[in-house]
Formats: sequence, C-alpha cells, structure tokens
Amino acid sequence: MSTINPNIKKVLILGSGALKIGEAGEFDYSGSQALKALREEGIETVLINPNIATVQTSEGVADKIYFLPVTPFFVEKVIKKENPQGILLAFGGQTALNCGVKLYEAGILEKYNVEVLGTPVQAIMDTEDRELFVHKLDEIDVKTIKSEAVETIADARRAASELGYPVIIRAAYALGGLGSGFCDNEEQLNVLADKALSFSPQILVEKSLKGWKEVEYEVVRDRFDNCITVCNMENFDPLGIHTGESIVVAPSQTLTNAEYHKLRELAIKIIRHIGIVGECNVQYAFDPYSEDYRVIEVNARLSRSSALASKATGYPLAFVAAKLGLGYGLFDLNNSVTKTTPAFFEPALDYIVCKLPRWDLGKFQGVDRELGSSMKSVGEVMAIGRNFEEAIQKGLRMIGQGMHGFVGNKELKIADIDKALREPTDKRIFVISKAFRQGYTIDQIHDLTKIDKWFLQKLYNIMVTARELEAYEELNEVPQQLILKSKKQGFSDFQIGRSVLKEKMDDAEQTTLDVRKLRLQYNIKPVVKQIDTLAAEYPAQTNYLYLTYNGNYNDVDYKGDHKSVVVLGSGAYRIGSSVEFDWCSVNALTTARKEGYRSVMINYNPETVSTDYDMCDRLYFDELTFERVMDILDLENPHGVILSVGGQIPNNLAIRLDEQKVNILGTQAKYIDNAEDRHLFSSMLDRIGVDQPRWKELSSMDDVNTFIDEVGFPVLVRPSYVLSGAAMNVCSNQQELVQFLELAANVSKKHPVVISQFIEGAKEVEVDAVADNGEIVMYAISEHIEFAGVHSGDATIQFPPQKLYVETVRRVKKVAKQIAKELHISGPFNIQFLARENDIKVIECNLRASRSFPFVSKVLKINFIELATKIMLGAKYEKPSKNEFDLDYVGIKASQFSFSRLQKADPVLGVDMASTGEVGCLGDDTAEAVLTAMLAVGHRIPKKTVLISSGNAKQKIQLLDSAKKLVDKGYTIYATGGTFRFLTENNVECKRVFWPSDEEKPQALEMIHNKEIDMVVNIPKNLTSGELSNGYKIRRAAIDFNVPLITNARLASAFINAFTTIDIDDIKIKSWSEYK
Amino acid sequence: MQKERPVSLVLDNGTVFYGKSFGYEQSTNGEVVFSTAMVGYPESLTDPSYSGQILVVTFPLVGNYGVPSGETQANGLSVFFESEKIHTQAIIVSDYSFEYSHWNAQKSLSQWLKDEKIVGIYDIDTRELTKILRENGSMKGKIVFENEDIDFADPNLINQVAVVSCKEVIHYGKGDKKIVLVDCGVKHNIIRCFLKRNVEVIRVPWDYDFNNLEYDGLFISNGPGDPNLCDAAVNNIKKAMQNDKPIFGICMGNQLLSKAAGAKVYKLKYGHRSHNQPVRMAGTNKCFITSQNHGYAVDNSTLPEDWEPLFINMNDGTNEGIRHKSKPYFSAQFHPEASSGPTDTEFLFDEFVNLL
Repeated sequence: MSTINPNIKKVLILGSGALKIGEAGEFDYSGSQALKALREEGIETVLINPNIATVQTSEGVADKIYFLPVTPFFVEKVIKKENPQGILLAFGGQTALNCGVKLYEAGILEKYNVEVLGTPVQAIMDTEDRELFVHKLDEIDVKTIKSEAVETIADARRAASELGYPVIIRAAYALGGLGSGFCDNEEQLNVLADKALSFSPQILVEKSLKGWKEVEYEVVRDRFDNCITVCNMENFDPLGIHTGESIVVAPSQTLTNAEYHKLRELAIKIIRHIGIVGECNVQYAFDPYSEDYRVIEVNARLSRSSALASKATGYPLAFVAAKLGLGYGLFDLNNSVTKTTPAFFEPALDYIVCKLPRWDLGKFQGVDRELGSSMKSVGEVMAIGRNFEEAIQKGLRMIGQGMHGFVGNKELKIADIDKALREPTDKRIFVISKAFRQGYTIDQIHDLTKIDKWFLQKLYNIMVTARELEAYEELNEVPQQLILKSKKQGFSDFQIGRSVLKEKMDDAEQTTLDVRKLRLQYNIKPVVKQIDTLAAEYPAQTNYLYLTYNGNYNDVDYKGDHKSVVVLGSGAYRIGSSVEFDWCSVNALTTARKEGYRSVMINYNPETVSTDYDMCDRLYFDELTFERVMDILDLENPHGVILSVGGQIPNNLAIRLDEQKVNILGTQAKYIDNAEDRHLFSSMLDRIGVDQPRWKELSSMDDVNTFIDEVGFPVLVRPSYVLSGAAMNVCSNQQELVQFLELAANVSKKHPVVISQFIEGAKEVEVDAVADNGEIVMYAISEHIEFAGVHSGDATIQFPPQKLYVETVRRVKKVAKQIAKELHISGPFNIQFLARENDIKVIECNLRASRSFPFVSKVLKINFIELATKIMLGAKYEKPSKNEFDLDYVGIKASQFSFSRLQKADPVLGVDMASTGEVGCLGDDTAEAVLTAMLAVGHRIPKKTVLISSGNAKQKIQLLDSAKKLVDKGYTIYATGGTFRFLTENNVECKRVFWPSDEEKPQALEMIHNKEIDMVVNIPKNLTSGELSNGYKIRRAAIDFNVPLITNARLASAFINAFTTIDIDDIKIKSWSEYK
Repeated sequence: MQKERPVSLVLDNGTVFYGKSFGYEQSTNGEVVFSTAMVGYPESLTDPSYSGQILVVTFPLVGNYGVPSGETQANGLSVFFESEKIHTQAIIVSDYSFEYSHWNAQKSLSQWLKDEKIVGIYDIDTRELTKILRENGSMKGKIVFENEDIDFADPNLINQVAVVSCKEVIHYGKGDKKIVLVDCGVKHNIIRCFLKRNVEVIRVPWDYDFNNLEYDGLFISNGPGDPNLCDAAVNNIKKAMQNDKPIFGICMGNQLLSKAAGAKVYKLKYGHRSHNQPVRMAGTNKCFITSQNHGYAVDNSTLPEDWEPLFINMNDGTNEGIRHKSKPYFSAQFHPEASSGPTDTEFLFDEFVNLL
C-alpha cells in the first residue's frame, strides 16, 4: 500500500452550483463519489455548493455544507474560516475549475496553505489555455487543431483568412462551448467573434474539420505514472456537432484495432506529459479516410463524458480520481464491482451503450434549433443493449418526447429533407427515418450528414424490419420469428402494434397489451444481464443490470421473496424535472433499505446519483415505459412500487400499473388520477367547497366564447397531464386564443383541454406535504416572490414565507387537509395556490414529490421523503414536532437560466418553464438570502449603472421604490421612454436611452454592447407575443453580452432591495449546520 | 435477410446453443475459449496461438469494420494480419454486422471466413456461454450444422506448435544485430517489432537446433497449445543458456524458457484472453495493461533460485513473466507486440535490443 499524505485532514470540495446547460447532474454524481472516497479515509469534508436539490448537499454526504456561490470571493472566505489543508477542483465542472484557477492565480491558495489535490493547477492551465495547450502537445509531436488565440476582432479576421474558411470560433475558459460556432465567411465571423469576446478576453480561431469522426477517451493516471483508459466513445454525429449534442456510443464501433490503440496510446502519452493525477478526457477528431487525427481538447477534470463513462462501464471514475488525488496508486484500489480485482484495469464491455441528448428547444420562443458546436441540450439518457438497434431504439424512447423509437412515430412534417439532413436540428435522427421512408439510400444520407455508414446501415435494418411488420394486417398473423427479431432490434410492443395495425390502432394502450400477451404466449421475454466491467471473465455479484432480447439466460436468480421495493426514477433531466427528483429517489431507496427491503431502482439517466449501483440493492438501467417496468416487475415480483418520488414519468404510469394489479405503495392510482385529471379534480374541489380559478372544458368555440364573456381575458389554456407548463399558454385576446387552441388540440385526445381564468396580481403559495392515509403528517408552506404568471419552476421561492397573512396560512393549511383527506393521500404531495387578500384558490395538486421537496426538507432539516417512504412502506415513524414558523432564518430558492446557450431565444419568463436549474441559499433575513441566491445563479451586483424599462403602470409603480434606492446608493439609472417619464415625474433622477427602433442616441443596445450597463431590468408589459418582440432586442443583447438581466418587477425589487440594503461583505459565512 | 441454416454449438457437458451461420458451412470442433477484447478480430483470427480453438468473442458487435486486404510485404510478412491465414476453427459472436464500413476494408468478415473455409456463427448468448466456460473451464465443443454431426476433439493432445511453426529457416531484414527467432507460431507483429528496430531476424522452426548459428540474441515466440509437448525446443533453449547471450520470450516463449530454467507449467482453468489484463512489474509500482492470449501459466513456486518473477497478474496473481537474477534472460507471458491490444509494453523489445 502506498501512503497518503497524513497532513491532509480536512478537504474543501467545490461543487458546480445550479444545473445549467453544459453543467448538469453529472457533477452531483462526481462530487458525491469524491466525498464518499474522502470520508472513507476519515478525512473531514467541506463542500461549497448552492445547489440545494443535490444529493451531495445532503446530510451525511459531506461534513460541512455551505450553500454559497462557487466564486473566489466566497470560497476564500470559507477557506479562511475552515482552514482546510487540501482542495479538490476537478469535481465541480468548469465552474469549480475556473474558480480554482482564479484562487491559485490570486495567490489565495498559497496564502492559506491549501494544497490542490490531484491534477496540479499548472496542468489545468496548460489544458485550458489554448496556446499553452497546443504548445504543450507540440513538445511531444501530438497534432492539435490549428488554431490561433486572439484578443481582438481584427486579429480574428486575420487568423481566419490565414487558416481559410470554414473556421470555428471558441471562447477560451468557457463552459461546454459557450459562445462558439462555425463561420463560413467574414460576415459570420464578425458577429460570432464579437459575442465570444464578451464572454472571454481570449477567443480561438480554428480550422474546421467538419465531417471527421469524433472520438473520446477517458484516461486515468496515478502519481506513479500508471495509466489506463477506462473507456472510449464514438460520436454518431461527425465533428461539428458538440459532443453534448451528439448521440454517442461506447465503446467505439467503427475503429479498427490499429486505430483504437493508436488513439489510446496517444491519450496516455498526452496525460503523462501534461501531468494529470486523477482523471481527464481526451477528445479527438479522426479522419474517416485515413488514420490522421487531431486532438480537439483535454478536460483536466471530471466531465459529462466521465460520468457517462462511469455508468457505461461500471468503473467509478470520480471515486477513483479522488483517491488518486490523495496519493494512492491505481494498484492500491479495488475494482468496486468485482471487489477482488484491482482498479488498475480497463473495463471490457459485453454490451453497447448509446447516449442520446434531450433537448427542450420547444419551450423557447425564437430559439435557433440548428445543432452546432455549442451545447443546447438540457439532459441525456443512456441506453444499453447487445446490439446498436436495440440500444438506439431504447434510447429514443427514453428521451421522453413522445417518440417510440426509430420508427412507429407520428409523421414528421419536413419541407426539405436534403436541407434537414445537411443542417441538423434536434429532430435529426427522425429526419433520417423519414428520409429512408422517402427512398433515400444510405449513401445519399451519408453524403448529406457525414454520419458513418455503419450507423446508418443499422438504422436501415430497423426500417427493413418495420416494413416486414407492416406487411401484416393482424397481430396474430405475424410470425413468431419476426416478433422475436423485432424485439431483438429494440421494437417496443407499441411499435409492433402500430406497424401491423397502422390506422386501425385506435386504443394504443390496449394494442400494447395485446402485443405483450401475444409475445408472452410465444415465450418472447427479455433477459436480465449484469454489467460487471470484465465481460463475465470473473465471477462478480453485481447488482448493475439491464434488459435485452439478445440473450437467452438471466444473470440474476430471482428469489420471488416479495422483499423488493421498486423505485421508479425520473428519467432524462429536462426543464421541469431534474436533480431534485434524483434526490427524492435516492432518499426513497435509502429508506427502503433501512427498513429491511431490497431497494430496487429503475432509471436511465447517466447524470444521476440514483443510477450509482452503490445506492441500491439492484439497479435496472433501463426504460421507464409501462412495457419495461412490467417486464421488470414480472421478474422482481416485488413487495411494491413507489411512483411518487420520480416526478411525472412514474406518476403517469399509475393507472396502467394498477390495472395490472401492481401493488402501488402510497396513494392509490384512482386518487392520483383524481388529482391529475383536471375535470375530476375540479369536481372534487367543488364538492368539498374549495375555491379554484374558474375553468371550462373546451368542446366548441361557442362554449369558449360564452365562458370568456363571463370571466374575461386573460385566460390560461392547457391540456390535463401537465408537466412544467408544456403546451400551456396565457391568451390575452381572441386572436391568440384561436391560434393557440389549434396547436393545443393536438396535444392529447384522451385528456381534454381546459381554459381557466387567469388571475393577475395574485401571490402564489405552495404546500409541500406528507400525509398518512389522508392525515397530514408534515407540511411546508412557501411563497413565491413573483406574482402568479411566472411558472412555479421559474419563480423565486421563499421558505418559510415572510409576507403571508396568518389568515392566508391558516386557510392554506385547512384546504390542504381537506384535499389530503378527500384523496386518501399516503405519501408526498404538493398543492399550488393563488392568494389575493385572504382569498385562496387551488391551481394545481400533484400526488407526488414536487420540485421543492429537497429545498423545504433541507431548510427545515426534516427529510420529507424519508418520512413519506416510511409511510408508504407502512413502517413506524415519528411525527416531526418542528414547525417552519420556528425557524430563525430564511431560505430562498432562485432559478438558473441558460439563455446564453440558447441562441436567439427570448429570455422572458411566463407560464411555460424555462429555467434549467436552481439554487437554495440561507440567510438570517430575506435580503441576505436573496442576495446570496441571486449571486449564486450568476447575477452580479451592478457597479454603477442600471438600465430600466419597466412595462405597464402597475409594474412601474412596483419598481419606483427600488429606483429610489438605486439612486440613493449612487447608481446611475438609464431608462427608456415611458419609464424615463414616470421616474422623472416621481422625482427619481435618471437618464433617457432609446429603443432600437428610435433614431436618437444614446441607444440602449449600444450601451449594452459597450459594457456601459451593469444590469438590465426589462419588464414586458404583458405576455402577448407582440409585446414580447418589443423588448426582445434589449433582453437578448443583455444575454449575449453577459449583462445580468431581470424581467420580473417583483424579483427586480427584491434583488435591488437586497443589494442596496446589505453589502456583499455582510453575507455571513455560515454552514448549513450553523443555521439552527 | 441472409439465408439462415440451423446450426448449433454443442459443449462436451451437453449444453447446446442454437445460432445462425455467417461463415463457411461445415461442422467443426475444437477447444472453446473466450476473449473479452472489444476490437481486433482480424488480428485475433490470424493469431497462430488460437490454432485448434473455437473463439467466442464476448463483445457482441463483430464485423463492423470488415476485413483489410491479405496483402504481404516483399519479405513475406502480412501487412495487416498476424499470419498468412485464419488459425481458429471457428468464431462465435452475438451480433454480426452484415454490412461493414471502413476505408481500409476489402471484404466482409463473412466473406473472409467463407474464403478461408472457417465457420462463423452468430445470435448466440455469448455472455451465458462465457459464464459456462468460466465456471467449467475451457471446454471441448463442436459446431454442428444440420445433419452433419461430428465428434469432439481436444487440440491440446496434439503438438499445435508443430502444426503452425514454419517448416524451414527464413531470414528477415539486415541490421547490426542478429537474433534467432524460434517460431512456435509467431505473430507477424513480433517480427515487425524487431525489423522496426533494425534487427536482423532468423526465423527457425520450433524444434530447429539453432545453437550452431551465429546470433546476438535468442527470441522464443508465442504459440498455441500445450507447452509440455515442446521438449525439443526446451532442450535447445537449455543449450543456449550456456552461452550467456540475451534471451527474450513471449507467451509460449515465457513458458518454454521457464521449463528450460527448470520450472513447471500448468493449465489455467480458462486462460487469459483479452486486452485488459493488468500486470505489475514485480517489486515495483509499475503497472501495465496488456494483451493476452494463453491457456497455460508458469508456476511461480517452481522457479529455481537464480530466477524470479518479472511480472505478476494483478487479477489472479499468476505469473506474467520471469527473469534470471544475473543473466540477460527474461520473458513475458503477455504480448508486448500487442496487435491486437494495448501497446504499453512494447518497450520490452527496446530492452532486449539494448542487451544485444
């Protein structure tokens, strides 16, 4: 055994903060693993991460947790207070790495004598700074992409003309390709370079290698210079599409032995030369017609790819990297799957994994849908199979956007297939499917997409099988062998049903059951295989499993002891469902285990902690479809299933599982349906005398008009079964209404579209609670800072509420009790209310854990999910005696937006959710908590200038106080026409600026471009699209030039109030446990 | 869809797997072994060490990048392969890619197997098969086409080395230094590794008495089968040890050198066949990922006093190489020449050449 440094007794770990595009759940996973590795050594751990919904910020994961922004300012203060001997920079994504480099450069680490564990900072800088990087690899004759680092647009133009177009522009030190893109000519270059320079003082101009293969290696090195490559991965999409936007397979599929090992050898040579200690990835561009290559980049930290590689292989990269950082050698550590063989080895896979990105571009107005070198996807899934067809079809279903696989989907309308193939969007793979249907050959598609023909051929195989199925008209005519073949190629029961029955399929759920029944008669069942890192070479009792039709035997002996509790996870991270449900799932698993059950997880999101095979007794890394869940339940024969901790995906399965006599733990399916179905729910509310905004089920335009005559505009239009506001819209006039109804009517036939009265100027209040057989056991009432109209997932939430009437609180509690009783709730639930004066109305109720469960659990320090799980299991529990109104501190949950990555999207908030993540910060009062939380989601306290254009009269009045405070603090306010007049009339000093459509100067846009504005407050007057386009240019400019932007008057007031009342230095550096 | 003829794999414990054919259609037999390598089927199939064996590939997708041309260089060495022909009796996979894609491919794996009259079957639960082989040890097996039953055969009963070794002395290259290469079934990349280092190679048949030749160093190659059937080679090595010239062995070479030193060799339960075998240089913190393909191992405890283990397998503690404590004799059980597999240990060729 090598010895580790005995002086390291306390270590600081930097997290990655709120989830954002390019930095998501993968860093919760890697951070949690690192913390586990350190604690195992008896080292005290201190974590800084404001992301309160994560698993790593849970009790017992780190010794001390600070919900503070991961910035040098706060980290220094924590270092000063905690005095750690070591710091880990590689586990919190680019945020932590950048922060660490700044601390190092500022001499802070040296000042406080903090040692960087693992990869030295110099090595990090050698990989982050392009010029240093290229120089470093030149030293060992390794080829990099020819690029030039420049600091002005003029130099960028010169470099581009020297390299020859097309070129790619990248911003140095930027997250996942922020501010980067391709330029075919100088005009495009001017635009992109200008933008990139606003993110980073340095930009890189590179020769584009569009069409080359993209291959990546995950490499590990210990301080004894021992190296392994844990995994390699190949992008389905050629170079030019950001790897976060590409379908990726592991291991590589089109490389020969010579190619595979050439790149492997280079990867090892590179990390030795750079001096990584721990883990890094090496990305290559690889010529599809020779063995020529270029190194694209090296990430000297854990990354999205390393999380994927860990899940793809079973090799815990982050855990091992943390141990290596402490000084261990790879030979000292064990393979955590086999337990008997060492961590010094390279996993052998006997399956293929396929990662697919999940986009939510449909949620953004005006967003550019074309895929390129900048990342836009918000989540990903990993599918495992024993052939490519099986894996990719699983994956396409897992993405969860209504697709059933490569075939059998709703017909896509594409005007120009050639163009759609050439210029890929989030629909790329379905365009290929469509092209096959239209008779395109593999060669034609290859020419247009540059996707390797091997992948296209495999997709074509699926199409061929679909056609074979389509030749039949009735299910029982289909030969057994063809059904088996279809299943081996990853066809779902639904796909088989639709392919055979075509338009005749009127009841999809029934058809799916019919196919299931038929194939079970033929004894066509999937088998369970283990992921064991060594392709069965060594016996391993692994609990990491997937299902496949490409095999005949199960790897697991099922005991049929009814001791399993199956927890259904949340699937791909998306807008509206992310790390918070991972936290819930993990806590449900842990509780089930503590209660003596075998905890079983089903989930397929590689960015999660719940899919860490250490977290449960059995992990099925597989689909959450009805079909697959039933396949697993048939094998597991469990005690019961928990549907209420994984968000909406498991919740939606309630009725169908119930119909199959599955034991659903907690609230029963019919009550879940009573809450989900708005019609049933509203009738129930009427019955028990609970008020709600007036609503009407839409059946004809006449009915609609009559209804709106009664309630007046604006109205909220939505279908039932809503998640994160999808397909929901506020309509302010007749024209919008008609336009939207045409769109929404397509959403779902089974669940009707409803129109409700939209109440303006109302507060939104939420209850997160746990009930036992209809009796509330624990509750948390929280209050939105924004008025109703901003989606609850985007709203800033304060808990405990600070400005609610006691009367309102009492009424909310009473209604929650009534509803819990009426729906016989057992387990977690959430109700959203509107409150005006003391009048409260129920707007939504979910009989499952909500997005805010980790937030309220951690602020209150009562684990709602643990309690709920005990109740669902019928275990003993103690009713908590603590009450939120006892707290001497405040929690603020603020939302993180990723508009800077979503080119052209309008950064405005509405009833549709747009945020990608959140933070939760604590403070002794609201101002402190608000300030900390806003800083944690990337806002900055403006230095001198604020631009205000403040919407309608009411909003202007709301902001008047804040404007005065700004002036008192010495800020210069710039205001557009109406706001300027209003402020001047009210004796608030300000300077006029002009809209883009005005001729006069100063122009607001120019000032933003010139960095003369430190913060933009732009409040749209209302939610109609005409109004939205007015301020669009200002808002978009703020985003593109990285100027903090607030678009809600209430939030702007809260933030301005916070930073004008307290100073950033007044924010107390208190760990979670110090809030008592 | 391809025409599918029913075919089954029968193990000598009676287990039967049903599959489909993608290669030559004629029943065959051999010792069933598995490899967990994820790439390199053209190299593996032409590796003479697989002589007499039926190779199960645990990675399920095979045939993706086709097969390169079988062309040879002027010196007779294959450009892309490890020998002149396929040496396995058959190959067993889960998912065969009928269509391949690679700029360097000349034909499909299926076509190549048919051309070389080698059996290939797919649609087999190779994971289950591997588990059986792991639990029972390597087994005799036969692949039986409909109405074409045959007997089992144990390739380890015959001297496989004699089958695959060259039949006469062959010279390669010109250089300052000259080595004798005892061909027990040498992979071409071993010869390429020497030529790359400007070493002249005299390749001799396995039982050839090279002791009268003029040379600077002795190399003993890899090869198939039971090392205990190769006494002629062992005796020649013993003689060579009397003159203190450097000796280097790989795989079978490690076993024969050990036997010549006086150690014993035994059969492993199911051998090491993969690209991910971890070995540690004895007494150091230096570890390497190696390519391996062997069914027999040297018994460390039987090494004479003046010898010591050079490398140890980190998974199961078996011997991965030996060295003489004072004389320039050493050998590796794994494959420093890689091809297929990782290239981490190619430096052993440099060390040997430096000794010459």
